[in-house]
Amino acid sequence: MSRLLEVNQLRVQIETQHGTVQAVRGISFHLDEQETLAIVGESGSGKSISVKSIMGLLPKNGKIVEGSILLEGKDLAKYSERQMQSVRGSDISMIFQDPMTSLNPTMIIGKQIVEVLKEHRRDMTKAQMKERALELISLVGISNPEARFDQYPHQLSGGMRQRVVIAVALACDPRILIADEPTTALDVTIQAQILDLMRDLQKKIKTSIIIITHNLGVVANIADRVAVMYGGQLVETADVRDLFYETAHPYTKGLLASIPKASDKGSDLTAIPGTPPDLMEPPKGCPFAARCTKTMEVCRQYPPKDMLCRGTHRARCWLLDERAKALRE
Amino acid sequence: MIKYICKRLIYLVLTLWVIVTATFFLMKKLPGSPFDAERFNMMSAQQQHVILEQYGLNESLPRQYVKYMGNILHGDFGTSFTYTGQKVSTVIGGRIGPSALIGLQAVLIGLAFGLILGIIAAWKHNSGIDYFTMIVAVLGVSVPNFVAAALLQYYVALKWGILPVGFWTDWRCSVLPSVALSFSATAMVARFIRTEMLEVLEQDYIITAKAKGLSPMKVLMRHAVRNSIIPVVTILGPIVVNLLTGSLAVENIYTIPGIGSLFVDSIKANDYSTIMGITIFYSAFYIFVVLIVDIAYSLIDPRIRLAAGREA
Repeated sequence: MSRLLEVNQLRVQIETQHGTVQAVRGISFHLDEQETLAIVGESGSGKSISVKSIMGLLPKNGKIVEGSILLEGKDLAKYSERQMQSVRGSDISMIFQDPMTSLNPTMIIGKQIVEVLKEHRRDMTKAQMKERALELISLVGISNPEARFDQYPHQLSGGMRQRVVIAVALACDPRILIADEPTTALDVTIQAQILDLMRDLQKKIKTSIIIITHNLGVVANIADRVAVMYGGQLVETADVRDLFYETAHPYTKGLLASIPKASDKGSDLTAIPGTPPDLMEPPKGCPFAARCTKTMEVCRQYPPKDMLCRGTHRARCWLLDERAKALRE
Repeated sequence: MIKYICKRLIYLVLTLWVIVTATFFLMKKLPGSPFDAERFNMMSAQQQHVILEQYGLNESLPRQYVKYMGNILHGDFGTSFTYTGQKVSTVIGGRIGPSALIGLQAVLIGLAFGLILGIIAAWKHNSGIDYFTMIVAVLGVSVPNFVAAALLQYYVALKWGILPVGFWTDWRCSVLPSVALSFSATAMVARFIRTEMLEVLEQDYIITAKAKGLSPMKVLMRHAVRNSIIPVVTILGPIVVNLLTGSLAVENIYTIPGIGSLFVDSIKANDYSTIMGITIFYSAFYIFVVLIVDIAYSLIDPRIRLAAGREA
């Protein structure tokens, strides 16, 4: 089966006043048809920058310096801005973290949905577009679409606005939906509703999803596969079951250990000590070496290779090397 | 909405009343009188009495005030002291035309150029055009309009002979003064829209718009401009009033029979009724423009409501 999306050795740099940040340092992953891939990592790990480079929406000072982004074999990294415009919103669309600010406050929501259709579905008539917009509004679970069509974002609740954002993203039946922390800014009860909605819609319109999150609960809820990102690199990629039950990388273990459990009432929250590496001058060895509980000499000196654990489960850790077998136990 | 406008109109009348009262008493405190002191003193007591009575100046101040207010309510602003026998409304009416035309043209020029410059500057932030705009903005605000007026007159009219040097004969006479007056408006509008736009361009909904696959131009025109225009509308009120009510310096340089020079002349001559008339006219116009601006807000930004109790 050919891959829908394949990212190979992607490197992204961001120029700042203080120097060049190696935001993404050679990541590779793929996405299959109708699959949900979760990219997990803490702030500054490069997950947002990675998906923004897929969309061609890097900030002005950001640049893809190496690697390819193949959408059905075509390299988006080589696309011009104009070519990317025809991809964005049509083949790949994106929803953002904060529904309170990601809709234009001075435009009625109907118009904000119709706008995407106008851009990518030139063959549709005005009436068809309005009909499609109304259909989308009810598809994302908003009742009374006729009335909502003419309302402004400030007249809707946060959860409702995120539904509108999803409707905008799905307007042209995209192949890939990228969701950048779509539930982080919402109440917990609304979070669950939005995740359910995304799962339902994925089945209905047969799209693939890349979801960025730092919430492993969200991962367990929605993802088929997970990629864990740390210090601008992918440290572990696995099926969602393998990630939770056969965790290979110490960083992932740390993340799992830091999820608060209902049983340990009253005890302190577990955290990974230390801070993420400075990507202005990335460490020459493993980026996690400074915080890892099982650091070996080799970890500080040489970057670990991408190693296969089992099936499609891969991780970047020296502990998986044959020679470290004794230590692993 | 209608209720809101009615309420605002009542406030308008109240504000005007306060302004008229204050101006009336302050003006009477000015030294001197509308009459030539030397010649007035040469008159007999009886002649003086007749003249004062004719203009209603022999009565006590409170009585004069009550009488004046009564006349205003009937739409009578009195007769001018300087332009003998002419109604104040006629005098103002004859002078407002040129000032309004020049002012209106200046506002339109300023708005058009200011918006274009400011939007491009924000879009191409930290580029050559951005720096150019900022230089224009600083110059436009800091160079007085009479300097611009004099320079334009010297080069465009006198040296190159493209447009008339001055006077008020046909529309061509209004071009140079309009341009001279428009500089400060251009500068202010450009600066305000640039600042606001830089902020708007950082907003999430701009990224959403880009993620829809819109071209940079569409992102700009559909999503950025409307959200950046509020501060411009705010300053547009004072700009409109300033420009439409005439500028003494520019009117003098181009010898335009406008209201700016009329106002100054009437103060110099202690022409009580004309001073009052122009003051009332200016104030009413200003308050009215502010009301229009407030209504414009709610049309531009749906989050701004003109609901009762919110405007305080």
